[in-house]
Amino acid sequence: MIQTRPLNAQTARTDFPILGRRVNGKPLVYLDSAATSQKPAVVIDTMDDYYRRYNANPHRGVYAISEEATAAYESARQRVATFINAGSPKEVIFTRNTTEAINLVRYSWGRANIRSGARILLTEMEHHSNLVPWQLLAQEVNATLSFLCIDDDGLLQLDQLDRQLEAVQLLAITHQSNTLGTINPIKAVAEAAHRAGALVLVDGAQAVPHMPVDVQDLGVDFYAFSGHKMCGPTGIGVLWARRSLLESMPPFLGGGDMIKRVRLNDATWNDLPWKFEAGTPSVAEGIGLGAAVDYLTQFGMDRVRSHERTLVDYALEKLQEVSGITLYGPRDSEIHGGAISFTLANIHPHDLATLVDREGIAVRAGHHCTQPLMDRLGVAATTRASFYIYNRAEEVDQLVSGIEKAQKVFA
Amino acid sequence: MSDDLYREQILEHYKNPHHFGELADADITQEGDNPLCGDVITFYLKLDDGRLGDVRFRGRGCAISQASASMLTDLIVGKPLQELKTFPTKDLLEELGIQISPARMKCATLSVNTLRVALNGDVPEED
Repeated sequence: MIQTRPLNAQTARTDFPILGRRVNGKPLVYLDSAATSQKPAVVIDTMDDYYRRYNANPHRGVYAISEEATAAYESARQRVATFINAGSPKEVIFTRNTTEAINLVRYSWGRANIRSGARILLTEMEHHSNLVPWQLLAQEVNATLSFLCIDDDGLLQLDQLDRQLEAVQLLAITHQSNTLGTINPIKAVAEAAHRAGALVLVDGAQAVPHMPVDVQDLGVDFYAFSGHKMCGPTGIGVLWARRSLLESMPPFLGGGDMIKRVRLNDATWNDLPWKFEAGTPSVAEGIGLGAAVDYLTQFGMDRVRSHERTLVDYALEKLQEVSGITLYGPRDSEIHGGAISFTLANIHPHDLATLVDREGIAVRAGHHCTQPLMDRLGVAATTRASFYIYNRAEEVDQLVSGIEKAQKVFA
Repeated sequence: MSDDLYREQILEHYKNPHHFGELADADITQEGDNPLCGDVITFYLKLDDGRLGDVRFRGRGCAISQASASMLTDLIVGKPLQELKTFPTKDLLEELGIQISPARMKCATLSVNTLRVALNGDVPEED
């Protein structure tokens, strides 16, 4: 049983060794958690402990440390399943990251099911990881892509959704935009998609780390996310899918661990979830993700979300006072997660990011892997500040003074 | 090398770029971009008896990319084309006079790479 603990950014940050370091002589102000979150000591120590005490290949060895490794890895899967309210840990497929999870669906379910002439519906705000795989699949099977547009506040325009879902076999949509921060109404959109006979894949890379996610309540078919954005290590991600779907799907990668019986010319497949996990898995990373899930669970994802809402409200208020700033995405924190994109009238985002780095402030500048969205917004790049459990309002103030200092340089 | 990335000279070139504009009678017009950053530069080159008779550029992007293009135009105008075909990147970086981080190197070298494409049709190997 995990002890609950109040979420206080000031004390939570002491759990993260990196937040004690200085950058360019200044305390690190880390505002790029949408790219990757920092890691609490408990995650680092858990992985270190695996390598020091029970490093072994899981699922095969009959000796003690292999059994320990298997138990720890599968326990992590169980905890991830509970975290997202999966019906069973068998529905939790470990992948390398969100991108690989989406590509698994493309190669396995997509190739077997998407028909020539069918449509795949996406949105204008998708990360390249939930766009390019579908471009490639569409080219391969002669399907077509269509897109849900956004309005000027960065919200999906859904008034024509039923019409746009005609002849659609798959709706692939982000839960929360990594660039705009927009939180999409997944449950309602999924209901409409199912009425139209389409399946729904959700890119949850920006959602699972920041808000309660219940895959059964959302009513979707595939849900993908990454460990490294939720206090876990890189190299581990998750594809959740309904069990009946996973059972009907052909394997993704072939090799060891994903088979039951191999003969020279054919093979049969392992049970779920291992049918989709070929080769030696990322054991330390899986165990580390389990520790990250426990770490977040002690606060509760409702409290993580409300902490970030408070920061978003504060940041939107402070940033809109900056002269020459353009803010993107919704103004209402109810539908705006912890990532805020903006541009300044006379400073290119890369110049701004370089200048605030001098103050120890880490923000992202660029297209954020959403080039079509940049085209829609009519900009080449934006600066993005993103928040997590360890960020405090005073770091928003530091960002604002960093921006003002940069504006003096360019005045 | 100065450690001040935005030293006065760079900001001056950024705010008041040299040879900014277009040449209606350009012999070579070449656009270059960094899709990752969104920096764009177009060079207009007027050739004159084996030399670069005149040059203009248009562009938008970060201060480093635009100041570097402006500085480059000062370095190349009037020079023999044969020399410019292999214009060394390090000469431009010396002119910039600042430490360029690996992440910003593409910004700093967009102009010289675009010049090479304009004169050679592609980008030759680095010196």
